[in-house]
Amino acid sequence: MKRTLLFVLLTALLAMLLGACGGQQLECDDPLGCVEVAPGDPIVIASALVITGPNEQLGLDSQYGVEIAIDFKGEVLGHEVQLQPEDDGCSAEGGQTSAQKIVSNPQIVGVIGTSCSGAGVPASKIISDAGYTMISPSNTAPVLTDAATHEAGYLRTAHNDKVQGAAMADYAYNVLGVRKAAAIHDGDPYTEGLASVFRDSFTELGGEIVAFEGEAPDATNVEPLLTTVAAAGPEFVYYPVFIPLGSLITKTAKEIDALDGVYLAAADGVQSPDFLEAAGSAAEGMYVSGPDLNFANETYDRLLTSYQEKYGTEPLSVFHAHAFDATTILLNAIEEVAQQGDDGTLLIGRQALRDAVFATSGYQGVTGSLTCDANGDCADPKISVSQVQNGEFVAIWP
Amino acid sequence: MAQRFKDVDWIGLFLWLFRAAIIVLVLWGTVAKIFFGAGNAYSASDWIDFFVSGLSQGSLYALIALGYTLVYGVLFMINFAHGEFFMSGTMTATVFIALPLSASGFLDRNPIIGMLIILVVAMSISVGVALLTERIAYRPLRRAPRLVPLITAIGASFFWQYFFRGLYGSSLIPFPELQALQGKFSFWGVDILKTRAVVIVSSVIMLIGLYFFVMRTKTGKAIRAVAEDKDVAALMGIDVDRTIAITFATGAAMAGAAGILYGLVFRQVHFFMGFVPGIKAFTAAVLGGIGSIPGAALGGLFLGVIEAVGPPLFLEGLGIPGGHQLKDVIAFTMLVLVLIFRPQGIIGERLAEKKA
Repeated sequence: MKRTLLFVLLTALLAMLLGACGGQQLECDDPLGCVEVAPGDPIVIASALVITGPNEQLGLDSQYGVEIAIDFKGEVLGHEVQLQPEDDGCSAEGGQTSAQKIVSNPQIVGVIGTSCSGAGVPASKIISDAGYTMISPSNTAPVLTDAATHEAGYLRTAHNDKVQGAAMADYAYNVLGVRKAAAIHDGDPYTEGLASVFRDSFTELGGEIVAFEGEAPDATNVEPLLTTVAAAGPEFVYYPVFIPLGSLITKTAKEIDALDGVYLAAADGVQSPDFLEAAGSAAEGMYVSGPDLNFANETYDRLLTSYQEKYGTEPLSVFHAHAFDATTILLNAIEEVAQQGDDGTLLIGRQALRDAVFATSGYQGVTGSLTCDANGDCADPKISVSQVQNGEFVAIWP
Repeated sequence: MAQRFKDVDWIGLFLWLFRAAIIVLVLWGTVAKIFFGAGNAYSASDWIDFFVSGLSQGSLYALIALGYTLVYGVLFMINFAHGEFFMSGTMTATVFIALPLSASGFLDRNPIIGMLIILVVAMSISVGVALLTERIAYRPLRRAPRLVPLITAIGASFFWQYFFRGLYGSSLIPFPELQALQGKFSFWGVDILKTRAVVIVSSVIMLIGLYFFVMRTKTGKAIRAVAEDKDVAALMGIDVDRTIAITFATGAAMAGAAGILYGLVFRQVHFFMGFVPGIKAFTAAVLGGIGSIPGAALGGLFLGVIEAVGPPLFLEGLGIPGGHQLKDVIAFTMLVLVLIFRPQGIIGERLAEKKA
């Protein structure tokens, strides 16, 4: 019985090998292997963004950017482009699961993701090790593109938080004129990285960090934390966390007398309407750092129009343009490296694709002029500080 | 000598050392904090804030823990779907009652009537979900091995989470803020946030009420009889199925009420909100002694307070930075310690022969 099974399996394998060799006139000599797209089949790319849960607006916004980029691009070398959306859950576990799912599908050519840096750390390793290439539209943690920890297949079009944290420190020290600040993170690479950069930049400018605290992302009772922070006497509290904890801190801070008149500030992780709704009037007057969306180019106007038509809403968050650029770079690179057979078959070398994406230089995208360095940082970073005024984010600086 | 050496119980010795080490660490941190002023300098009112916020969080744990303890008392199963009973009532009452009432201005004009309506709706939905779960998922498995209902409970928990996620979406829903409960009031010269005070007082009232319900009423007596021995209780003319359903309903009603209090304090609800409080309340129930009502109350309050006071007190004293992030570590270390050294909990339940 067992023998028969083995025989059948072997025969089937042989038949498949023969079949593959027989119909092939393209040779794959790529060290990481190739993706073969048969005539009439779509080119599949995947996304791994946070599309459920309290932070879904961050990921959905990026996914819309990806979809619009695919629409704008149209067919690539006579093949449609198909998106397989996955959920990164905005957590390390979610990043791991979505990455495993993606690398188990050999037809996937490239990946747009992840949304959250916490998911990006495990995902970038799994995806790079499998020979795939990923471009994140919104990971900003410095650790992901640090020379010592960078994974070979990882790039991003979002700014590095070395820029964002420094911008916030600059604004707090020079514009608001504060000298004592506190920073709060939730242990996620994004929030901890950003809070650390803020701390270092603020100290460098001559200010003093009076409290550097952590809190669990799913905490409910943040009053003890804020009492500790308030006891240190800061004039400015920076908490670059995600929406659930961010709105909780914002609301609870209003109940603590010692934090009366203290400037509150958060970062791009909360820059979406969901946060404003959850935090309500408590968010009024707080500052939020994030990418500068004042792109002022024709493509961005087209992107916005298409976004509003297709999804019937104003942008949900701030990384749709970065997702658009990431997708366009990926599709352009596929177009550049794919070998075309006579019958329309495409052979896309994974290493060749990776090299082509890393070679991006002076690309005029929506978010600026993008040049990828060896560690995967492609962004042309422009940071702005917004203030919540009458329930809306209003860019006020620079 | 050699004989003596052989007799040493290595595991016992290790556990003893472990306990000693934890106690020394806690004492060291506390002493360093109080007498040598390590870390931040806190005023007396800061300490009161830590304590009161811990107490209000703890009374929520206590209310939820009651559901675990009641059900464990009669069925000896951990009802992991209990956190979802808590979430279901709260979310439904928030979406359908609290937000519309707040939008129409009714809630601010008649805060007491408004809150009562919200409370009744939340409790009813929680009870409904609990009865449904009990009837469909637990009752058919009553004679099955213990592990089976446990796994079923985890399944039921996931089912309800994603059911309500489908119903209400996955984003955060703000719970309306009551004007009447804004600000603080003075209580023996101590300023306490009104919401915290309301939570603590109403939880204590509910805990006492429940205690009397179980100890002094006929239904309560039936619950205790079923907990003692189902078969004998049935022989005495007690409808066991009905009594078990009432037990679930009582626990769920407490959870529904806890959910509204949670909304008042933390002012945001979402479909996953039952998970962490559920786990913490389970910890509290085990801390206090699972199966015991005063134990669940005490365990909840204790857990809430130690989570709030622990980080500034002994973690800062030990020089550990960012202590508030580690409050879960404190909570679950407590659980491990209790499980090792006093498996029956702080107020251990006197176990009947059959249960033990």
